[in-house]
Amino acid sequence: MLNAVDKGLLETVADLYKIPSGAFSLRKNGSGLFINSSENVTVKAKEGQPGIDVIVKPGTKNESIHIPVIISQSGIKDMVYNTIEIGEGADVVLVAGCGIHNSGSEASQHDGVHNIIIKKGARLRYIEKHYGEGNGSGGKILNPQTVVEIHEGGIGEFEMVQIGGVDSTHRVTEAKLGKRAKLVIKERLMTHGEQEAFSDIKIELNGEEALADVISRSVAKHTSSQVFRAQVIARSAGRGHVECDSIIMDSAKISSIPEIRAEHPEAELTHEAAIGKISGEQIIKLMSLGLSEEEAVKVVIEGFLR
Amino acid sequence: MLELNNISIDLNVQNGNGKTRILNNLSFKFEQGKFYCITGPNGGGKTSIAKVIMGIYKPTEGRIFFENEDITEKNITERARLGICYAFQIPPRFKGLRVKDLLKISAAKENMGLRNSLKSVGLCPEEYMDREVDESFSGGEMKRIEIATMLLRNPKVIIYDEPEAGVDLWSFHKLVNVIKQKHEREKAATIVITHQERILALADEIILVSEGQIKQAGTPEAILPGIKKDIECELSGICGGDDYAECCR
Repeated sequence: MLNAVDKGLLETVADLYKIPSGAFSLRKNGSGLFINSSENVTVKAKEGQPGIDVIVKPGTKNESIHIPVIISQSGIKDMVYNTIEIGEGADVVLVAGCGIHNSGSEASQHDGVHNIIIKKGARLRYIEKHYGEGNGSGGKILNPQTVVEIHEGGIGEFEMVQIGGVDSTHRVTEAKLGKRAKLVIKERLMTHGEQEAFSDIKIELNGEEALADVISRSVAKHTSSQVFRAQVIARSAGRGHVECDSIIMDSAKISSIPEIRAEHPEAELTHEAAIGKISGEQIIKLMSLGLSEEEAVKVVIEGFLR
Repeated sequence: MLELNNISIDLNVQNGNGKTRILNNLSFKFEQGKFYCITGPNGGGKTSIAKVIMGIYKPTEGRIFFENEDITEKNITERARLGICYAFQIPPRFKGLRVKDLLKISAAKENMGLRNSLKSVGLCPEEYMDREVDESFSGGEMKRIEIATMLLRNPKVIIYDEPEAGVDLWSFHKLVNVIKQKHEREKAATIVITHQERILALADEIILVSEGQIKQAGTPEAILPGIKKDIECELSGICGGDDYAECCR
């Protein structure tokens, strides 16, 4: 059921070389292909809507859950609604990559709404890699919407990466943090050709001592365009930081719009944003170590987007 | 082995239409296995010599020969691959690139001792390997990482540009020993741009550079007394400012 293209996509977006034995769901070309639960993690098809429910039992530790989506057929337009609930005191990793191989002329698109609830004292490390490939003229479109709720003392660590090859993306990430909840979002975005990417992040610090850290790094090449908006709103004595760094190349366009809003006198919010080309000194240094100019540029970009 | 032949460099003046000559008809032959120190006042052309050897600056006039081959038209990468190495005066920082990544790139051969290179410059591998080479490092730490990258090279010519700058006294002595040991072990042509007497004293030959020219070259015994006299003269206030170099000689 998995051909070489599927396996390549799985490896790229979820670091999977075979079907794993634990909690797992694989969606291919718009329908569920595999689904498997473990002793502590239930993965089941959602009733009444396309998508899955992932329920992690309270106290579950050291478990990885993989829910990748792959599209290898041109013209597929897929939409899923996933609900992910991390029980109290659990500590798990969830890998939710999406890869599109489009060798046809029609657009392939995957849109997903992820509702994630991290309960009291739980910790979730969420890894989302997006990737597009294929020589067809059809677009590769990915529009993820991630809605996160973190209860008291919960921790969310989100790594959201667009490796490359995605023609169009509109990413929406919204989070509400309770007392002493913590959220770290690391977003990495690469666009090239005529691709366009929009990322909207909105975080509300509702509980006392809630903490949010948004670190976005992006590279825009050729004539691609990126718009990054990050908003952190403190409604309590919380702390937040937004950092957006971008490397601009060729004739690309980048807009970076960090916003911090305090609605509490003891809130502490900071932001910084920078857009610039690759430093000539960096390239010269790497060339002086024996790399060609092209290799040096590659090293700088790969490091920046790590 | 490395010969600078009548090298001149004219650079465009920023915010202006003119050019300024930063090296002026400079010639010198560096020999394998010898330890050279280049010293002289700020803005005199010391770093420009390093940059023209590495290929970062292209000479306006003159030729550069390495092992009897004209390398004037070779770029930085080609010269690095020939065995020319350069430790920057102010090493650049890289967001995202880890210390171990930079060391791996620097290593001339696989399985070279990345960890040992850090230990040699007094940095704990456990603490530093996974850190990014970014703004979180002090100037002194950057300098030590830069020297660590040089330890992994297999050079025929190696240039250290003010290795003492920004380094504390304890680390300074360590770095001097590391540079000296690498030179004794590998017998490259070692060129250190420095103002430090401790390093100058190690040299087989000191090259005094000022106003884009070599003013003097010779053994430490021949050159150091004159330099000390210059400095005393400067400090005494007998002469100063721009006239210093002329009136003291």
